[in-house]
Amino acid sequence: MANTATHDHAHDHHDHKPHGLKRWLFATNHKDIGTMYLVFACAMFFMGGAMALVIRAELFQPGLQFVDPGFFNSMTTMHALLMIFGAVMPAWTGLANWMVPMQVGAPDMALPRLNNFSFWLLPFAFTLLLLTLFVPGGAPAGGWTLYPPLSLQAGDSFPLTIFAIHLMGISSILGAINVVVTILNMRAPGMGLLNMPLFCWTWLITAYLLIAVMPVLAGAVTMLLTDYFFGTSFFAASGGGDPVMFQHIFWFFGHPEVYILILPAFGVVSEIIPTFSRKPLFGYESMVYASASIAFLSFIVWAHHMFTVGMPLAGQLFFMLSTMLIAVPTGVKVFNWCATMWKGSISFETPMLFSIAFLFLFTIGGFSGLMLAIVPADFQYHDSYFVVAHFHYVLVPGAVFAIMAGVYYWLPKWSGRMYNEKVGKLHFWLSTIGVNVLFFPQHFLGLAGMPRRIPDYSTQFADWNMVSSIGAFIFGFSQLLFVYVIWSAVRSGEKAADRPWEGAHGLEWELPTPAPYHSWETPPSRAVISQGAMH
Amino acid sequence: MTRHARSALAAAAFAILGGLAPLAAHAEWGNVNMTVGVTELSKEIHSLHMTIFWWCVAIGVFVFGWMIWSLVAFRKSQGAKPDTTMTHSTKAEIIWTVIPVVILVIMAIPAARTLMAIEDTRNTEISIKVTGYQWKWHYDYLGEDVKFFSSLARASDEARQLKSGVNPESVENYLLDVDNPLVVPEDTKVRVLLTAQDVIHAWWVPAFGMKKDAIPGNVNELWFKVEKGKTGLYRGQCAELCGRDHGFMPIVVKVVTKDEYRAWLAAQKPGAAAPADTTSEPAADAAPTVAALPAAPRG
Repeated sequence: MANTATHDHAHDHHDHKPHGLKRWLFATNHKDIGTMYLVFACAMFFMGGAMALVIRAELFQPGLQFVDPGFFNSMTTMHALLMIFGAVMPAWTGLANWMVPMQVGAPDMALPRLNNFSFWLLPFAFTLLLLTLFVPGGAPAGGWTLYPPLSLQAGDSFPLTIFAIHLMGISSILGAINVVVTILNMRAPGMGLLNMPLFCWTWLITAYLLIAVMPVLAGAVTMLLTDYFFGTSFFAASGGGDPVMFQHIFWFFGHPEVYILILPAFGVVSEIIPTFSRKPLFGYESMVYASASIAFLSFIVWAHHMFTVGMPLAGQLFFMLSTMLIAVPTGVKVFNWCATMWKGSISFETPMLFSIAFLFLFTIGGFSGLMLAIVPADFQYHDSYFVVAHFHYVLVPGAVFAIMAGVYYWLPKWSGRMYNEKVGKLHFWLSTIGVNVLFFPQHFLGLAGMPRRIPDYSTQFADWNMVSSIGAFIFGFSQLLFVYVIWSAVRSGEKAADRPWEGAHGLEWELPTPAPYHSWETPPSRAVISQGAMH
Repeated sequence: MTRHARSALAAAAFAILGGLAPLAAHAEWGNVNMTVGVTELSKEIHSLHMTIFWWCVAIGVFVFGWMIWSLVAFRKSQGAKPDTTMTHSTKAEIIWTVIPVVILVIMAIPAARTLMAIEDTRNTEISIKVTGYQWKWHYDYLGEDVKFFSSLARASDEARQLKSGVNPESVENYLLDVDNPLVVPEDTKVRVLLTAQDVIHAWWVPAFGMKKDAIPGNVNELWFKVEKGKTGLYRGQCAELCGRDHGFMPIVVKVVTKDEYRAWLAAQKPGAAAPADTTSEPAADAAPTVAALPAAPRG
């Protein structure tokens, strides 16, 4: 506070920012780019959500009422691509853009022009992807996993999809490089790596995962592209290739990708729970090591996504054991969060409510994950609705709830205004009830034998499908409240204090509210750093 | 909770209950767990599933209990004062690392044992080659010269068309019925060799506990041995997305006694007089020849 208000440069409170469209098109400011990422992610979240509602509307009752099975498959495929690459990943990059410089005491991201480029790739990537809805043959319908030979049966959408994925990949890699360089080079003097907030730590690890695996995805889809257009047969059995090889390559990307989606969530929750427990994070260092262990393990568990392809016994045993091991560092994290709340002084503002729901519901997703690791049982669970329930539990009340918690938590610092706590809590309760009514019955459906990715089902599955669809509509429409609560806060919310949460620690709360356009033009002093880092 | 939120919650609860009311007539609410199945393996798998489930419940009671206790006991509104000196404990970290490892080892041992039994395909008595097509199955009784296609039954196929106007509830075994079921004898170790003609499919009969992918260019195998006395019809579905009609290629297995099987098989052979078919439709022994397997089994 004092330190930023008293510096000697006369000009530093003039923003020098271009106005109008140029401010956004040529943006190099981490806050502007962060905002664009978040708005983009929100738009994709609603588009992907609309597709999910098409799916749940068709599955409301047995029989085909609304859509052709081919279009249904396009919906499941596009829903996944939009949510993973369009909503969750850009939302994390947006939060990193906003928070990493503020939390490490830097004025901006290290590579601002690269930052601009990595954002502006995304609208083009998703325009290409969404265009596939209008080309002959329809949007990709082979599942987001793009397994050949099925994915090679796509029509004109195929090259558009592949190039869209390439653009998303480039965007992610550039964003990740920016985070790594910012964290490693731009920390204020006196801020050691083990003084960083956990959000920076989990993002640093996430960034390395991105740099490691996005090129693998690029390789896999490029091989698909040459199989499709140039007569190669990497994955075509008739030409000596192997469709299973694609699955190995894809999941070598795909499993770390899962942690790319969830690790920053661990970071956000590790910021919020201490704040509203008014107590430092328990076991900070073990949290860092647990995150790193999870990242390491993510590279050696990929084949658990494909236990049914027919692997040698030794391979199945290896991947079963390595997968079960993930429960250990994940358990350490959950226990540390519990210990953080223990003997705290807990209050229940909206960010804390979302974080508590994260804790409970992510743990349920963890339990079903542990069950899925047991290979013989997986032979029953695999490709059933049990799997759908599992990964939605870790992605929706996991990653998405953490993103929302982060937005509620930091919105006062970004905008200078408080959201309406009542509407925030209403949004929380509707979301939490909706998400459980939506996904919990899917465990039952899977165990009872319903395969995933089917547009119609036998009548024995009718009851729980209807419940699930009702939950989907409750959850989906209550997200409009989220937009409303943010919009009304930014427009006309009450003015927020510099430290709107009394228990909040970290450099971002040492800045004035709203955060100045350039956060720390003069690095924070060691005194401010140690005041901020309270662990 | 605020009054506003409370009334919204009540509204949501009524919306849910209102939606459920018409369903009360159904009888499938209890359909919430994995089937026990009719083979030794499916029973072992079911018991593994229940064991890991109860472990999760036990851990859940502990973890959720801890969370709920904290949330209730340490509320600021009740005047809780934070203990800010409590920041780490190596002892606690060791305890909550070691205990999960022990639980995992306890779980891994029976899982590995069952897995080895699943992979033991020795001493099989019958081999059936199953080929996935978009969107039907082809069954070939190896060495018996009996082969036929198995596709979605006509009644289901008519009802499942977009806006067909046919109520699925009026169709018996909607989407889980075929024209020609696979026929196998009880108490016999049956080996299924799986491959596919076009894209990847997966063969899944929950009552047998097994699911495996049918992949072009590969031959996968699984086996099942239906317990004596468990004759009857067992139904399943393709479990790997295989295109537009992925949801419409069910699997029906008819388990019969060994004598019935022998009689059925004899009647299916080319040249057998008036096939005593077990289904309502004529046997599909005029099915087109299956394309030769493109490649040898994978190591």
